[in-house]
Amino acid sequence: MRRLGGGVEDEEKWLAEGIAGIQHNAFFMHRALDANNLREVLKYSALMLSELRTSKLSPQRYYDLYMRAFDQLRQLEIFFKDESRHGLPVVDLYELVQHAGNILPRMYLLCTVGSVYIKSKQAPSKDVLKDLVEMCRGVQHPIRGLFLRSYLAQVSRDKLPEIGSDYEGDANTVMDAVEFVLQNFTEMNKLWVRIQHQGPGTVRERQEKERNELRDLVGKNLHVLGQIEGVDLDMYKETVLPRILEQVVNGKDELAQYYLMECIIQVFPDEYHLQTLETLLAACTQLMPTVDTKIVLTQLMDRLSNYAASSPDVLHEFLQVEAFAKLNNAIGKVIDTQLEMPIVGAMTLFVSLLTFALRVHPDRLDYVDQVLGACVVKLSSVPKLEDARAMKQVVALLSAPLEKYNDIVTALTLSNYPRVMDHLDDGTNKVMAMLIIQSIMKNNSCISTADKVEVLFELIKGLIKDLDGNATEELDEEDFQEEQNSVARLINMLDNEEPEEMIKIIYVVRKHIMTGGTRRLPFTIPPLVFSALRLVRQLESQSGDITGEDVQATPRRIFQILNQTIEVLSSVPRPELALRLYLQCAEAASDCDLEPVAYEFFTQAFILYEEEIADSKAQVTAIHLIVGTLQRINVFGVENRDTLTHKATGYSARLLKKPDQCRAVYACSHLFWVDDDDLDGIKDGERALLCLRRALRIANAAQQMANATRGSSGPVTLFVEILNKYIYFYEKGNPHITPSDIQSLIELINTEMQSDNNNGNTRRTHSDPFFTSTLRYIRFQKQKGGLIGDKYDLIKL
Amino acid sequence: MNYLLGAFKPACNVSITFSDGKNRKQVPMKKENGQTALVPLFQSQETLSGKVCIEPYQGKKVEHNGVKVELLGQIEMYFDRGNFYDFTSLVRELDVPGDIYERKTYPFEFPTVEMPYDTYNGVNVRLRYVLKVTVTRGYSGSIVEYQEFMVRNYAPPPPINNSIKMEVGIEDCLHIEFEYNKSKYHLKDVILGKIYFLLVRIKMKNMDLEIRRRESTGAGANTHVETETLAKFELMDGTPVRGESIPVRLFLAPYDLTPTHRNINNKFSVKYYLNLVLVDEEDRRYFKQQEITLYRLKADTSSV
Repeated sequence: MRRLGGGVEDEEKWLAEGIAGIQHNAFFMHRALDANNLREVLKYSALMLSELRTSKLSPQRYYDLYMRAFDQLRQLEIFFKDESRHGLPVVDLYELVQHAGNILPRMYLLCTVGSVYIKSKQAPSKDVLKDLVEMCRGVQHPIRGLFLRSYLAQVSRDKLPEIGSDYEGDANTVMDAVEFVLQNFTEMNKLWVRIQHQGPGTVRERQEKERNELRDLVGKNLHVLGQIEGVDLDMYKETVLPRILEQVVNGKDELAQYYLMECIIQVFPDEYHLQTLETLLAACTQLMPTVDTKIVLTQLMDRLSNYAASSPDVLHEFLQVEAFAKLNNAIGKVIDTQLEMPIVGAMTLFVSLLTFALRVHPDRLDYVDQVLGACVVKLSSVPKLEDARAMKQVVALLSAPLEKYNDIVTALTLSNYPRVMDHLDDGTNKVMAMLIIQSIMKNNSCISTADKVEVLFELIKGLIKDLDGNATEELDEEDFQEEQNSVARLINMLDNEEPEEMIKIIYVVRKHIMTGGTRRLPFTIPPLVFSALRLVRQLESQSGDITGEDVQATPRRIFQILNQTIEVLSSVPRPELALRLYLQCAEAASDCDLEPVAYEFFTQAFILYEEEIADSKAQVTAIHLIVGTLQRINVFGVENRDTLTHKATGYSARLLKKPDQCRAVYACSHLFWVDDDDLDGIKDGERALLCLRRALRIANAAQQMANATRGSSGPVTLFVEILNKYIYFYEKGNPHITPSDIQSLIELINTEMQSDNNNGNTRRTHSDPFFTSTLRYIRFQKQKGGLIGDKYDLIKL
Repeated sequence: MNYLLGAFKPACNVSITFSDGKNRKQVPMKKENGQTALVPLFQSQETLSGKVCIEPYQGKKVEHNGVKVELLGQIEMYFDRGNFYDFTSLVRELDVPGDIYERKTYPFEFPTVEMPYDTYNGVNVRLRYVLKVTVTRGYSGSIVEYQEFMVRNYAPPPPINNSIKMEVGIEDCLHIEFEYNKSKYHLKDVILGKIYFLLVRIKMKNMDLEIRRRESTGAGANTHVETETLAKFELMDGTPVRGESIPVRLFLAPYDLTPTHRNINNKFSVKYYLNLVLVDEEDRRYFKQQEITLYRLKADTSSV
């Protein structure tokens, strides 16, 4: 009861004293046992047990002491069992031990003899049990009482008249066993709850800790109840559960209620829970407001979910008892009544309920939506969500349907889904959006209607645009890129066979991504453009089907949109990217035989080149892209083409660095000689040669410049490259390329290399093997003979 | 004091034997020197018969003025030392004056003796039965020999035996209701009962049930009262809460109890009480005392 002051050290001392006392008396008890001297045995065992009367120990240390006494009591029991040793009928023994003056030793002895009494079957076990559990009332000290009753529970465990046990039958029914355990439980619970009323409030915290240490003693009774053979559903429903819940509710104690509800849920079979759901849930709403009901309910739902998942056969039971409706109801009530429950609690509950609904009623999307709806209501009732844990729960809530259905499409039909997302903060919203996208990626889901796309983009708008204008927030660049890459991938996933729908999808996507701002557009526009181009190609391949004026999905219209779209990029500004996209579009337009469109795209590209691309390196790249694209396009008429090639060649010659110039110019030669099987292909050998000559001149100039500045003529790479072009065109049959041109070029290279070597520059440059292998190619072609061989024969090496 | 006071060695050995001595039940009795001795047990209306044997020591002759045996029932008050009040006194003359030379045996018999009171050995008073053999002699002092025996009387179960039920309390502090199943118990009985806690505002250490014996001796201004606690039996450990009921089961057998004696020969009374004691954490005691009547049941033949 009252703790004398002092700390752990004192307690250790008291414990040591207690143990010594037990050992001392146990020694004499054993001597008496050996001598079969009953009177002495009783005397010393009572003295030994008197050590348990201490009030000075914490539960943990008291347990230590108790266990030592417990071991001794086992010896005593063996002695009591053997009538030949003490010579007294057990019934007399039962009376004799009650002569002890102190109640605690008396009760321990009585329980010990009682267990022997039952075993002897000289009295109905139920009578003995009833007597014991009743007599134990005398010990009202919480800790001593708990341990005493725990001892009673332990010695009686194997002597309950449960079905199939030796003690069942006649007047002893399983009901008596249940009654006994229930009563012991009731009393223990009362004692346990009472600990908190002991002592002043200052030691409250320690008391709570101590109580927590003792809880398993109480809970053990429920375990026993759960294990008693023969407790059927009816008995559980009519007797066991109501009695336990009565204790739980009336105990009005936070710790106890929480722990015991947990026990109930863990100990009894799922099936019983299902059938008594109403009672159980009703009890949940009656718990103290401070009890963490959510964990209790969560556990219950988890168990039921697992039960449902364990076997499909039981699902009809769930339907029968309307499990979902009941749970939903109860949760609503709990959330309504427990006003101070943090939002995270409510969210956890919703997550569990949702999991339950998904597992048990996968076909009932309306249930899912219902849960989300309730969640929205709850979230709306509080100011902006700031609790990180609550946020996490909401994410879990939203992820659950995704995981379950593996299909975002299903989630898109949930009307409350986006409304829940609205309550997330920006960061979480993004996380959630990423999850959605990942889910789509993982499952390769195809979102095929514009409406769904609309909803989807509404969901992931956290990624699509800056929310609430707080764009100032510093973002991790890597994260940002990853997010936007995901969005880009997502855009690629949107597809519909039907062009009409597809164009709508594109419209929708465009509408959304255009709000994304300069940082996102470079990521999002390219996939949109390619998506549109894919549609264009699809339309092209099924051309002829296009009918009517009001048809949206015509290539021409699409190109219009694209033009507008890409234009945005140039102002972002990402001219290089825009240029590439223009060229892509131009090529596509060319494939569609839309010359003006293609021309327009090229024009845009050129304008960009002229106005926006200032970096010389970027210019080099751009020129090569332009040349490459232009070379492939065959839709242009002569005039348009001339304009464009002229421009391209002009740009090439105006590059800053001589080698770049040279390379761009010889690349331009291809613009005049398109080698394909098409007969009306452009084969303007003269202008191709002109380009090459010009390139040669530039190379020369470069060489001289190198000589002037560095004193050496530098590598001959450019010449070798040009030589290759010569050989290419020669092989392709450009009549303006003669073997002598090639021969003189080879000589030139040789001379250059010689002089290079003479200058003492013995360093072998990389152009050397290049040149060598070029020569080898020529020799090889000579040897091959045939038409080509003949041609090469003309070249003298 | 009651033994031989003679200045000389007694001239003979006097012994008393009961005729059914071998079969009669013997019970232990505490003697004045603290030792216990086994003595025969009788009850009222029984016949005491036996033999007195006088055996002179070798070569001696016992000259006497007569031999008698008396059956005495005496009450002895310790504060009034040496004064015996004989409430029963029966005499048998065994021999006329003469000389005894050798062992001589005298049979005697007290038929259906009225012995209304039980032998009692209390704090301040003693009630005893004794056979007293006196060899009366003139100048050299009489030779006296005593043989104690015990008397226990049995009572039938009382026709009316109500339970004891009572509600007691201290206002706003403690209210209890207790119930003992009977008001009259035989000596090997068991007291069953319950203590209901109706209100508990104090922290309790424990609750005991005591059996107290109240022995009052003398009368009027000279009354001496002595109270002893014979049993202290812990009923409860710790503090109960409101509504709790604590069982009572107290076996009387292990305690050294006697029947209740009321006004024995106007000399003394012995009464028994059950005292319910609650001890709070400050060691304050709250108690309520109730008289119970003890009686000896006929069937009760086991030894104490």
